[in-house]
Amino acid sequence: MKDWRYRLAEQRGTLLALAIFLFMFVVYVSKHPAGFTANVVQTAANKGVLLALVAMGQTMVVLTAGIDLSAGMIFIFTNCLGSYIIAGSTPIALLGVVGVLLVGLVCGALNGLIVIYGRLQPIVTTIATGSIYYGVALWLRPQPGNSDSFNSDIADFMTGRLPGGVPVSLVALFVVVLVVWLPFRRSAIGRAVYATGSSEVAAYMSGVPIARAKFWAYTLSGLLSSIGGLYLTFITYSGDASFASGGTYTLYSIAAVVLGGVSLFGGVGSAVGAIFGALAFRTIGDLLFVFDLDPLWQPLFQGVVLLLAVCVGSARLFQIRNRLDLFA
Amino acid sequence: MTMRLPVPLRRIDPAVATAFACIVLLLLLGSLYSREFLSPAYLLQQLKVASFLGVIATGMMVVILLGQIDLSVPWVVAVGGMMACAATAHGELGTILAIPFGLLCGIALGLVNGIGVAYLRIPSMIITLAVNAVAQGLMVAYTGGFSPQDSASRAMRFIATGDIVFGLPNALIVWALLGAGTVFMFTRTGFGRAIYAIGNRERAAYLSGINTQRVVMMAFAISGGLSAFAGELLAGYASKAAQAMGDAYLLPSIAAVVLGGTSILGGRGSYVGTIAGVILITLLQSILSVMQMEEFGRQVIYGFVIIGMLLLYGRERRLR
Repeated sequence: MKDWRYRLAEQRGTLLALAIFLFMFVVYVSKHPAGFTANVVQTAANKGVLLALVAMGQTMVVLTAGIDLSAGMIFIFTNCLGSYIIAGSTPIALLGVVGVLLVGLVCGALNGLIVIYGRLQPIVTTIATGSIYYGVALWLRPQPGNSDSFNSDIADFMTGRLPGGVPVSLVALFVVVLVVWLPFRRSAIGRAVYATGSSEVAAYMSGVPIARAKFWAYTLSGLLSSIGGLYLTFITYSGDASFASGGTYTLYSIAAVVLGGVSLFGGVGSAVGAIFGALAFRTIGDLLFVFDLDPLWQPLFQGVVLLLAVCVGSARLFQIRNRLDLFA
Repeated sequence: MTMRLPVPLRRIDPAVATAFACIVLLLLLGSLYSREFLSPAYLLQQLKVASFLGVIATGMMVVILLGQIDLSVPWVVAVGGMMACAATAHGELGTILAIPFGLLCGIALGLVNGIGVAYLRIPSMIITLAVNAVAQGLMVAYTGGFSPQDSASRAMRFIATGDIVFGLPNALIVWALLGAGTVFMFTRTGFGRAIYAIGNRERAAYLSGINTQRVVMMAFAISGGLSAFAGELLAGYASKAAQAMGDAYLLPSIAAVVLGGTSILGGRGSYVGTIAGVILITLLQSILSVMQMEEFGRQVIYGFVIIGMLLLYGRERRLR
């Protein structure tokens, strides 16, 4: 284990995000009137998991030095779709769950194909596809609502607690990390994603499959956003094509990714960091309530904390010896 | 032997030409649907509506030319509208100072963006996001979450809805003046050239003696000021400010700039293209709504058109 320093440095962003989250959560729980009870944890987990999943998806794309501005819209779209097809008896409803995930996968793949083969910039591409996904969501759900035979058993289970008080949503998030992120990170494609994000030209010269790496990054981003959309359906029992909420989730996912130590320039960071970034960002919003402040101040408080958090990152400027490195 | 175009034609950017061709095409399609589309009244009305987007897109273009982006547009627009209306409520002096006050608030927020990007080296996507959140927080705390009751000053309403010469809408004249000023800035001033230089390679610009950090900071201040000014126009148009009044302008302003042939990576693009992009997007939205297309259909078509047009001329070179 001589390389522990190197490994520690690699995980610094993730560990920092974990520390910020733990600090905030401890403050939150200690000030919460109910204290550290299973209920408090369950509510916090359910809310946090939504953003954590979208942020994980965002991480995939950001690692390739791209950006997915349609993440929130895929989230909303799959939420609306889920409110229709997670219905009927449990086996049928489970098929619906699979259907929602497939649609998320297809949305992500579409982004990837346009970016790779259309050779368009990710920012504008995903703005445009986001508009399309939102349009379809609005077509599905002009008004918020759900299917008459909505299967609330699955929803209750997925947002409930296991015996022992562990929230199922946290377990689900853990499973997603185990099943999606870790295999991805360790695969050749995962390494190709990091290489592409670090330097696309160098990766190309070394024969890294750039197109395949980007394709999977965008596709998995769609899949993870749709798991988030699924969870929104489980929590609210309904689908709501809200433009504002889609935009908010897109923007917050970028904030969470940055708080989680993922570099917007690509190639650095991990989805686990983004998860802690998302949980920390959610806790910021909740902190105000336990301090008994007017909820009207919540957006300002959240904004100021975000502003300070992103400014902390510029402490690295003190290490710069050559002025030219500023413009790298 | 390849055919050589005459010099004036060769200088036309194919992207800008395509954008203008699409505008003509849209008008023709519209006129098949209803003859109204080619009437001067309709066209002037469209240009008037386009000028709000045009003002915002001008600021957005300055920032995009640097290779940055300004995501704080939605709430800086709202800050401009709300603060100008709030000043109007403070008697005679407030009414006179309404427009400069709203503008100052926007410039201040833009400066925060600019300092963050230029001096603290924070990626613009994240610092402008944070400033947007702060601006939203300030406005929610100030208004209590409701639409403010103060109404726009008479000057704001006059600029946004009135007309002085030949029935030309004032808003359009404002956009035309602003556009002329911007073209002058881009082509005839050192500041404008510096923006293009930084967009191409900031290191090289710095080494050629440009104070790149100050230019970047000022560009964001310009963008903030113009967003706030558009907010004042919008408040004048609706005679009051509203929550989330700027939400509908972020994506269209980016789309307009990019459809006009400006590279999102910075350093390339002309203001004529942005004008074309703004008109194109306004016309598209208007035609879809005249055809009584429902909102969902509008969103879907809007997305397809942006991708389709970019595939026509916005593609990058193949990596080799």
